[in-house]
Amino acid sequence: MLGLNKKDTSLFLLVLALVVFAPLLLNPFPEGSELAQFNAGYPDLMQRFLIFGIFAVGFNILFGLTGYLSFGHAAFLGVGSYAGVWMMKLLTMNVIPAIFMSVVFAGLFSLLVGYISLRRSGIYFSILTLAFAQMSFSLAYSVLTPITNGETGLQLALNDPRVLGVSQVDGSIPAANFFGIAMRDSFELSMGGWLFTFNAGYYLCAVVMMVAFYVAIRIFRSPFGMMLRAVKSNQQRMNFTGLNSKPYTLAAFVISGMYAGLAGGLMVAMDPLAGAERMQWTASGEVVLMTILGGAGTLIGPVLGAGFIKYCENIFSKINDNILYDWFAGLPEGLADFLVFVIHPFIGKGWHLTLGIMFMLIVIFLPGGIMEGFERIGRLFKRKPSSGESVSAKTSTTPAE
Amino acid sequence: MDAILLQILNGLDKGSAYALIALGLTLIFGTLGVVNFAHGALFMIGAFCAVTLSRLLSVSFVTIDETRKDFLGNPLKVETPYVESWFGPEVGAAIIDWSVPLAILFSIPIMALVGLVMERGLIKHFYKRPHADQILVTFGLAIVLQEIIKYFYGANPIPTPAPAAFAGSFDFGALVGMDPNVIIYPYWRIVYFMFAALIVGAVFAFLRFTTFGMVVRAGMADRETVGLLGIDIDRRFTFMFALAAVVAGLAGVMYAPINSPNYHMGMDFLVLSFVVVVVGGMGSLPGAVAAGFLLGILESFASMAQVVALFPGINQIIIYLVAIVILLTRPRGLMGRKGVMES
Repeated sequence: MLGLNKKDTSLFLLVLALVVFAPLLLNPFPEGSELAQFNAGYPDLMQRFLIFGIFAVGFNILFGLTGYLSFGHAAFLGVGSYAGVWMMKLLTMNVIPAIFMSVVFAGLFSLLVGYISLRRSGIYFSILTLAFAQMSFSLAYSVLTPITNGETGLQLALNDPRVLGVSQVDGSIPAANFFGIAMRDSFELSMGGWLFTFNAGYYLCAVVMMVAFYVAIRIFRSPFGMMLRAVKSNQQRMNFTGLNSKPYTLAAFVISGMYAGLAGGLMVAMDPLAGAERMQWTASGEVVLMTILGGAGTLIGPVLGAGFIKYCENIFSKINDNILYDWFAGLPEGLADFLVFVIHPFIGKGWHLTLGIMFMLIVIFLPGGIMEGFERIGRLFKRKPSSGESVSAKTSTTPAE
Repeated sequence: MDAILLQILNGLDKGSAYALIALGLTLIFGTLGVVNFAHGALFMIGAFCAVTLSRLLSVSFVTIDETRKDFLGNPLKVETPYVESWFGPEVGAAIIDWSVPLAILFSIPIMALVGLVMERGLIKHFYKRPHADQILVTFGLAIVLQEIIKYFYGANPIPTPAPAAFAGSFDFGALVGMDPNVIIYPYWRIVYFMFAALIVGAVFAFLRFTTFGMVVRAGMADRETVGLLGIDIDRRFTFMFALAAVVAGLAGVMYAPINSPNYHMGMDFLVLSFVVVVVGGMGSLPGAVAAGFLLGILESFASMAQVVALFPGINQIIIYLVAIVILLTRPRGLMGRKGVMES
């Protein structure tokens, strides 16, 4: 289907189904029950799953395929966000021009950064991208304040021109919309104890995500993708065969930068503001974490990684000591106190500690990320196949460098 | 002329910190071949050693002085630090006052231990893994260390004053025979610079003039051959890792009075120190030190009012800009050796 082979088609359909029915699937616990706090089926969080999924899928095209570890991808997301907000300020509240210009600007910026950074490889490349990202971050905070509005962040205002739309509706800023469908419109479905929210913005993200995912599959399976993998496995040998690998890596860099811009544009479409902190290097680190956690070089891994990190972030930051005491209500008091004392540093504000530990454990024990974990579990349950097959299974999951 | 001198002096303290951290990074990279993203965290832990010691020293017990009244008319509660009751009020007060320099002694064993545990427990398993994996795992470790410190010490900066003897500023200009009151410079910064110079000198002397240092240098040049000669090079490299941790820690201890320690100071310095290492040349110790001071001073020149008026925002990005230019024109950095990180 759509030029995909059978395996990829089923993968694509699986992701499609997951994304379409996410509002149902992510709300497994009835409203008002003890476990309702583990639900993830509300629009804000689901949008973040998809947006960061797109970001990670794009990052994976660079890192997973070519092995170039960029520590500055958040800069492209930030540039995309700023471009998107400006479109909404100047042109119209329709999200299409905003998203489109986000991609264009992020693409142009990544072309510039990539052209310079890709002259070096290895850790030098990482440092160069990091330097560019930090430079954009500092500039967005200081000199570029007329464009970025500095520390406050760029926001919409009542007196923005919006030449194709209206400046204000009834004295308030018009809502971001897709040809009249407001992004924050939701359809709520109540079934028994369950409440499902189908949000317009979420489904816009879903469509964009599926397109982005489809393009990523095609890139992975194309001769171009094969070339990128060749760069990763041995760039020197590529050069010896008389092939200039730079255009390929640069193309990969720009594509992944455009994915980052797309994510930035969607962020703006969902919530029309942009701040410089989106470009900080910790934000770049986050997307690296997502990709590694899910499994670099695999198709669906980065999406899973993004979803997993965003979900954990949400849940872990929400849990507090009282909730813990509720859980341990059945235990003797001393034991409950002790357990809460032990768990306390890892929840709430300590979520980053959990993230750091999780990340270290993944890198140490499971360099292929969640996908490698699945693979290993699958191998446990499968009867040992013939040796030739196991070798091929192994090479296909080799972690990215 | 004095404006130039002033900027050079201003750049020295940051430059010293960059140089010390970059020195440690290069030591680790040159010996173990590991890219350590957790090095900034070591710097931060050092600074918090100073905080911890100054808190420990001022642990007090409360006595009630019936003869005096506080403003509510109740008997006055007097807090006396244990140190003062043990050593007498004057010596005790002096000890508390000198807590930051004392923290140097306090931090050396701690940092060495942290370094050893880190190397044996984690880094050891990453020698053969790709650089990307090393970056990632140490990045994770840096987050963990940072969050642990945040958990115990909170997110706010903790002011840690220098001894009263070094509190003020002095007239540097008058000292070198220029007009008085032109170049006023804080005492502690000059102390910091001298301290950094001392540490750098000590590390270089150690590598240059001791047998141990000679073996380490040989190992840096050709690890395999040194191993074949029957020398346990791994153990020496582990020691060097601990040494690098101590250097970073000491840089942090002494930096505490300049900038109140907070949990993310390590990350802030780490990015810049990496840039410094790359500019100096990966694997070159003199390069790291020289680039540290150079970039510190450049940064302070770029923040001069005249320069900022000419190129707005230049003070924020000068270091990165220099790094980009250097990497593109001299990929090995200022003093990089051939064959390091080139594949």
